[in-house]
Amino acid sequence: MKKIVLMGNPNVGKSVVFSRLTGANVIASNYPGTTVDFSKGKMRIEGKRVEIIDAPGTYSLEPANKAEEVALKMLDEADVAINIVNATNLERNLYLTLELLERDKPVIIALNLWDETKHLGIHIDEKELEKLLGVPVVSTVALTGEGIKTLVSRIKKAKSNPDIKPTSEEGRWIAIGSITKKVEHVEHRHHSLRDRISDLTIRPVTGLPIAVGILLLAFWVVRFIGENLIGYMFEPLFEDLYRPVVTEMSNWLGPGFIHTLLIGEYGVEINFVESMGMLTTGLFVPIAMVLPYIIAFYFILSILEDTGYMPRLATLVDNIFHKLGMHGHGIVPMFLGLGCNVPGALSTRTLETRKQRFISATLLAIAVPCMAQMAMVFGILGPYGVYYIGLVFLTLAILYVIMGLIMNKFIKGESPEIFLEIPPYRRPSFKAIFKKTWMRVRWFLKEAIPFLFLGVLIINILYAVGFLQWLGTALSPIMEGLFGLPGDASIALVIGFIRKDLAVGMLLPLGMNAMQLVIAATMLTIYFPCIATFAVLVKELGVKDMIKSAAIMASTAVIVGTILRIILLGV
Amino acid sequence: MDQQNISLLHFPTDKKARITCIDGGHGFQRKLQVMGIREGQEIKIVSRQPFRGPLTIKVCGSQMTLGRGMARKILVEEIQ
Repeated sequence: MKKIVLMGNPNVGKSVVFSRLTGANVIASNYPGTTVDFSKGKMRIEGKRVEIIDAPGTYSLEPANKAEEVALKMLDEADVAINIVNATNLERNLYLTLELLERDKPVIIALNLWDETKHLGIHIDEKELEKLLGVPVVSTVALTGEGIKTLVSRIKKAKSNPDIKPTSEEGRWIAIGSITKKVEHVEHRHHSLRDRISDLTIRPVTGLPIAVGILLLAFWVVRFIGENLIGYMFEPLFEDLYRPVVTEMSNWLGPGFIHTLLIGEYGVEINFVESMGMLTTGLFVPIAMVLPYIIAFYFILSILEDTGYMPRLATLVDNIFHKLGMHGHGIVPMFLGLGCNVPGALSTRTLETRKQRFISATLLAIAVPCMAQMAMVFGILGPYGVYYIGLVFLTLAILYVIMGLIMNKFIKGESPEIFLEIPPYRRPSFKAIFKKTWMRVRWFLKEAIPFLFLGVLIINILYAVGFLQWLGTALSPIMEGLFGLPGDASIALVIGFIRKDLAVGMLLPLGMNAMQLVIAATMLTIYFPCIATFAVLVKELGVKDMIKSAAIMASTAVIVGTILRIILLGV
Repeated sequence: MDQQNISLLHFPTDKKARITCIDGGHGFQRKLQVMGIREGQEIKIVSRQPFRGPLTIKVCGSQMTLGRGMARKILVEEIQ
């Protein structure tokens, strides 16, 4: 089967073209470095099946980071390259085009973002460009689908241009200069409203207050949507509709291991959070406690991503992140990690050096709680008041900074300066936002529910054989001595490795006071990532670095737990 | 005031300049070039972050943020 790869600079819309061509959904955003790995999809061209590969963006064929290395590998595998070119920035994009054409691989060019050239007063003669480059050129607007049909119909005409010989960088720029002179004409345009908003959000005097405002608003909206979805939709759903069904089922099943496994202890009223049955806790936690926040968070994140605000935020926080051994782009793994640590860990690939990736990944695992963890914190501390929730987040924020400062000092290697393209603002389409939110929600459900089922199963088996009781007693001196927590809280830590949100049901029945819950919730975040994140981190960092990272996580948890105990419990 | 060949780092915000020279090793020059930052290009500083934070520049039809160490190595002259 023929392989066709999408190649282009970062943030030119490769993933949107990919979705258009294959019908497969991949996450696309308005910032460079959204795609850090390849996706494969299939489509038919004139009855023949072909494979389409979406590769991470790259500025040239000499890779500068891990994501760009992936792009190069994909190019080598492919038979044909569709070169997606940002029509609003022809000159710079043509550099990669020429490099591609030097490779003797059939190429077809899509001049994407064609609609934006009109607003910007850029005129491109695509026929002339086609003649000069000697390969097909098609103008497209991937977001609306314009030109995609023409692109598909001309893929078979993709060809190499033997006249374009490998040359020096200087040689390429001279060639580009002469090409753009012939095909591009730029009218002078005045500052538009969009430019003015862009300036306001990136200049520190106005940009920093706006950033603080946007983040506070985002946080407030997430909690508002999340709480209301829970209060008016998901809890009534479970309490009024689902409870009678499970109660009926409980009576029908009668006591026994199956009942314990599916519903929980027999003969007591079902507590959806604490019962630890597959059909009670296993469904209630992901759907009624975490899902509402997941929906709210990804909705807001999608808006931030698609407008193009993220690179501006990265610019504003660069200074702080540089002191933590990364640069401003480190905010992207952190932000994605707030939804789920797994995509957060993957996006560390856009950072250039091992040191940056190590710090970013370790901080992610230690101090960035995912939505499931946050929902858990809201769930167990909410009844005591915002103050206690604030304590957990404050501790984690301080920890992020302190651990970053320390690691920046002691981890060997370089942390280069930020070098990041700032895309123009784009008005997000609501259709795209909803689609993206839905994709991520579906992904969460697919990931979360099996793991929660597995977790519930393992808990029940380990209880049945008496392992967890033994563990609670065995670790009790440590838990009580160091952290002022009951021995059984260690069970929550063990279970938290499978899924953090499952641990909430293990903590609640222990009768801890609010301060103890703060300590337990904070430690649960710090000590180790969940198993899914752990697997990704091993892959991204390598076994050796992961062992180091895990050692840092565990020792941080012990130290922070002890300090919190002294401060909060006063003993 | 001599506005010939001064480092971008010391060039005023919002004024047009032309890149005259890029200091630094081959790898560094290449990294900048593929982003459109090279000799002869028009360039403008859009913003400077405080406390030795990065600069945001406009060059070759797009904006980008770069660190001060990099900006220091870009030499420019003012365009009247």
